[in-house]
Amino acid sequence: MSDATTDMPDTRTVARGTTADTRPARSHRARGAGLGVAAWLLGLLFFLPIAWMVLTSLHSEPDAATNPPSWAASLTLDGYREFFGVGGGASPWPALINSTVASLASTLLVLLLAFPAAYALSIRPVKKWTDVLFFFLSTKMLPVVAGLLPLYLFAKNTGLLDNIWLLVLLYTSMNLPIAVWMMRSFLAEVPVAVIEAAQLDGARLPTVLARVVAPIAAPGIAATALICFIFSWNELLFARVLTGVVAETAPVFLTGFITSQGLFLAKVCAASLVISLPVLAAGFAAQDKLVQGLSLGAVK
Amino acid sequence: MTATTTAPMAATPERTRGTPNARLRAWATRAPLLPALIFMIVVTQLPFVATLVISFFDWNSLYPDARAFAGLANYGEVLTDPDLRRSVWTTILLTVAVVLASLVLGLVLALLLDRRFRGRGIVRTLLIAPFLVVPVAAALLWKHVLYNPEYGLFNGLLHYVGGPQPDWISDAPLLAVEASLVWQWTPFMMLILLAGLQSRDHQQIEAARVDGASDWQIFRHLTLPHLRRYLELGALLGSIYIVQNFDAVFTITSGGLGTANLPYTVYQTFYQAHEHGLASAAGVLVVIGSIIIATFALRVVSSLFREEVSRG
Repeated sequence: MSDATTDMPDTRTVARGTTADTRPARSHRARGAGLGVAAWLLGLLFFLPIAWMVLTSLHSEPDAATNPPSWAASLTLDGYREFFGVGGGASPWPALINSTVASLASTLLVLLLAFPAAYALSIRPVKKWTDVLFFFLSTKMLPVVAGLLPLYLFAKNTGLLDNIWLLVLLYTSMNLPIAVWMMRSFLAEVPVAVIEAAQLDGARLPTVLARVVAPIAAPGIAATALICFIFSWNELLFARVLTGVVAETAPVFLTGFITSQGLFLAKVCAASLVISLPVLAAGFAAQDKLVQGLSLGAVK
Repeated sequence: MTATTTAPMAATPERTRGTPNARLRAWATRAPLLPALIFMIVVTQLPFVATLVISFFDWNSLYPDARAFAGLANYGEVLTDPDLRRSVWTTILLTVAVVLASLVLGLVLALLLDRRFRGRGIVRTLLIAPFLVVPVAAALLWKHVLYNPEYGLFNGLLHYVGGPQPDWISDAPLLAVEASLVWQWTPFMMLILLAGLQSRDHQQIEAARVDGASDWQIFRHLTLPHLRRYLELGALLGSIYIVQNFDAVFTITSGGLGTANLPYTVYQTFYQAHEHGLASAAGVLVVIGSIIIATFALRVVSSLFREEVSRG
């Protein structure tokens, strides 16, 4: 993307021009090119399953299920038509809409809760703020199965089973610690002088947060939102146990293909790709901040 | 939500009667934090306490009248039942294998990507992609499109070289699950290690090179010590996610053929066998395992974190 492709680490050594330096520099360069090729090969190898999935999704079902594989078979969008239920079969739209609602709503809720909290933990630190920060982190390490049964019983007894809003709450708790950690590191970069100036002008906290802090930290907040969205969209265990017919999410819809046989290979690939599309888009957009989010803000 | 956080702030001037100002100001500072904190305590800690309580009961939801206090009997059963004990072992095996393999592969890839070469950005993007496929979709891809003995890509490629046509999932079920997870998690390790490589002190490396240090010496004595904490961080965060893995086990083998790990077993015990007490005890054991890992993880994160705070 933004790579300088010609720069070699040895340019300076070579430029110094002593004959002793030239030979190691040249072999170094040759090896550098070799390692570049190795990186390309490994990159393509890792991408091969996805490329194959794309190709398979564009084949007709008989062409998809052949051995040896049919590289040159004609392309068709039938797999995608099948997936969207054009030729009968369950429509994925309710599941896609549920996933969208659950992911967007919980992301919004996470941001509303995490933003003030991150402010209290970075710009205007409360006492023992590191302890609080680590409490948030520790909840992330509590396995989902540790509370799944009581949540299921609670949902069953309150009639919240198969209700998308219960998932929204659970996804919020799943992502809030990550969001607090990430946002804290982004807010810490907002200059305190700007905030103090606004307060001197008589601005109250909500105004300061909305008008001063948020605009400066906007890129970081956007990355946080994308990562929360990805995690919510991907989640299976909660959704599998707590939803059914009405509130089924996209990953639960995909589990319908677990036992399907070769007849539906193109459809399986089309379904997997369509459902992964939002995550792929969000992930590539948040590429640089992805590590920071996934490592809970510990690595920049 | 903003309304709840601001309410205590707006109320402060009227409530000054009799209370010291400093205490009020302390509460005003804390106020923005409270909604998030209370939310987390209610949604994550309460259910766990309930799990803990249920784990001491003999409780099958099909026989609600037979519910009785059982003490530690459920824990005894989890640790002695061959199937359950096997799932503890499977969890350890799966986690260690996937974390180590993806860490080593991730390191190789990070070292390759740390160098400048033509199209590095494209290769990086190709490598991140496996991590960005929805986990269930990735598991389906491996199960049907790659592993299938009749029309999967692996046997298709083997066909060209006249190789054998194994039934991957039946022949090596745990390995099949692990391979798919290594594919998904290697990019994560690579990203963390790449961040570590890029935070190295390049002047120090230049100096070592001028002093005649070989590439291997630089890697062994400068890069590796610097990467140590990033390797630890990757291993521990990876462990926390992979110990909890449900999607791959559920999708690829449905827990069959000895691949049921603890999360899958907990799910099955309460969702299909309706054994609430037993499932809760297994759940508590997962938590104890996670706490052991998490203690180390928190230590690593806090050492990286302290560095940052002292720098700021």
